[in-house]
Amino acid sequence: MNFSLTREQELFLQMIKEFAEKEVKPLAAEIDEDERFPEETVRKMAKLGIMGIPFPTEYGGAGGDNILYSMAIEEISRFCATTGVIVSAHTSLCIAPIYEQGTEEQKRKYMPKLCSGEWLGAFGLTEPNAGTDASAQQTTAIPDGDEYVLNGSKIFITNAAYAQVYIVMAMTDKSLGTKGISAFIVERDTPGFTIGKKEKKLGIRGSATCELIFENCRIPKENLLGKLGGGFGVAMKTLDGGRIGIASQALGIAQGAMDETVKYVKERKQFGKAIAQFQNTQFQLADLETKIEASRLLVRVAAYKKDEKIPYTVDAARAKLFAAETAMEVTNKAIQFHGGYGYTREYPVERMLRDAKITEIYEGTSEVQRMVISANLLK
Amino acid sequence: MNVIVCIKQVPDTTEIKLNPETGTMIRDGVPSIMNPDDKAGLEIALELKDKYGANVTVITMGPAQADKILREALAMGADRAILLTDRKFAGADTLATSNALAGTLRTLDFDLIIAGRQAIDGDTAQVGPQIAEHLGLPQVTYVEDLEYIESKTFRIKKSTEDGYQIIEVDTPCLITVLSSANTPRYMSVGGIVNAFRKEIEIWGADKIDVDELKLGLKGSPTRVFKSFTKGAKAAGQIYDVDASKAVDIIIEKLKEKFII
Repeated sequence: MNFSLTREQELFLQMIKEFAEKEVKPLAAEIDEDERFPEETVRKMAKLGIMGIPFPTEYGGAGGDNILYSMAIEEISRFCATTGVIVSAHTSLCIAPIYEQGTEEQKRKYMPKLCSGEWLGAFGLTEPNAGTDASAQQTTAIPDGDEYVLNGSKIFITNAAYAQVYIVMAMTDKSLGTKGISAFIVERDTPGFTIGKKEKKLGIRGSATCELIFENCRIPKENLLGKLGGGFGVAMKTLDGGRIGIASQALGIAQGAMDETVKYVKERKQFGKAIAQFQNTQFQLADLETKIEASRLLVRVAAYKKDEKIPYTVDAARAKLFAAETAMEVTNKAIQFHGGYGYTREYPVERMLRDAKITEIYEGTSEVQRMVISANLLK
Repeated sequence: MNVIVCIKQVPDTTEIKLNPETGTMIRDGVPSIMNPDDKAGLEIALELKDKYGANVTVITMGPAQADKILREALAMGADRAILLTDRKFAGADTLATSNALAGTLRTLDFDLIIAGRQAIDGDTAQVGPQIAEHLGLPQVTYVEDLEYIESKTFRIKKSTEDGYQIIEVDTPCLITVLSSANTPRYMSVGGIVNAFRKEIEIWGADKIDVDELKLGLKGSPTRVFKSFTKGAKAAGQIYDVDASKAVDIIIEKLKEKFII
């Protein structure tokens, strides 16, 4: 067992830390305030290969792995969770299912443009009446000649307004329940497909979360992803990978809030000394730091197993559960350490708390992660 | 076009601690980086690669750990990396260093050699010009910008104390570059992955074309008499006044200190 970073990982961290500090951090407060999608940052990330880290070069990827991908999401999210989730949803929820479950033709057609960042990707599973109970899909896909005709809507879709490729789940046979769900690759300019209203959110406010609307939207049959009726499996497998991304995002948010807090408690003086000198501060920071490092190890283990093709569903659930709850705790306490200043937008910790909350909800709520972990335990 | 960039690994700090007994730097615990002027020089080389398909080779002389900056250079886009490492190189001053580098360059094909103006650990600005002298090449120092205008000729913007000179120089030649010349690109993810699939060539003294007496401590006429950390000076005074008043103040202060 080896916990040391490889030299490749060290060099990668040097690059991604510098990139995050110089290119991501300066925009974080502004894109939150203005609810603006950071298109310029996405272009810069695309140029460096950050939009296709864990995929082979033969499909246009950077030839990296899930450990590097996880490190990238963490370092970016230390300063801006919006930018972190843009990369995570694109990579884990759109490119990964095409790579892992697509046909050779689908991979050749979509992966190079997605991996290069020329196209952005999104994923549509959630519906107004199908959240945690994802099996209750109401969007339908009816075969008609060489096409499927999609009708219905998807909500809360990350990257929706800027994506060109969407992985969409729809019922191809309602009588079969979850076995009647199929996955499709839908392109942006398909007639009958429109982007609905943009959500006004508590956090990750720059990420362009919208509704997807399908009205007699005709998809060529070759855009079926995986087997007919295999869509629920495609979605669950995709979310397993997505949880590595979101756990990394939560970890980054927690680390970012910790970095801000450490800096602040050394500077802030009360009762004649820096608040870092109070044992209450020291003990609380020690507990939080330990949880952050535990989150990091859980995330890395899940990413490692995915790279090694070892089953990692439970590892990803643990990582996301623990990292998300740690992010909430750390950001909440970070504000407390900052006192009144922390409650204002002069300091980034209030944004970090708002951003942290979604990590307990999307790509499987904390309750779903507990279901996954306990089901494995009690089987 | 073959471009060779000489780079150096330096400690990343302005607070270099010295060993008071030996007068040498204590490098332990100080992160090492690619020298900023050299990195700007590498960026110029990579821009020549982007525009004209130049082949870019990076060379550094140093201990085995110096391969880190060679990997970084490969990850930024360099094609080939050579690490000069040998006990015989140890203890080199600028002359012995430039002899080793010139001895290496003699064995390689090049149209342009790029060095940083100076390293942030030594600040001598001697190695680049010395290499050019050893090789009998034209050199342009303090380069801010460079344009390839026709086959074999570069038009160069050289920084001077009070402005710029525009100079045309034929290849083969050597330039030394200022860190202010550009913002070096980031390493790319694919570049990092590839950097570890490429081999870094390790060259010893036997592989280069130079008299061994000119290498390392033997080839170093420089003797460090004493190294010390600069003492703190008292804070200066700032007067926000017009020029004639400023002259009066300066004369008064110089008289106060019996300088005039």
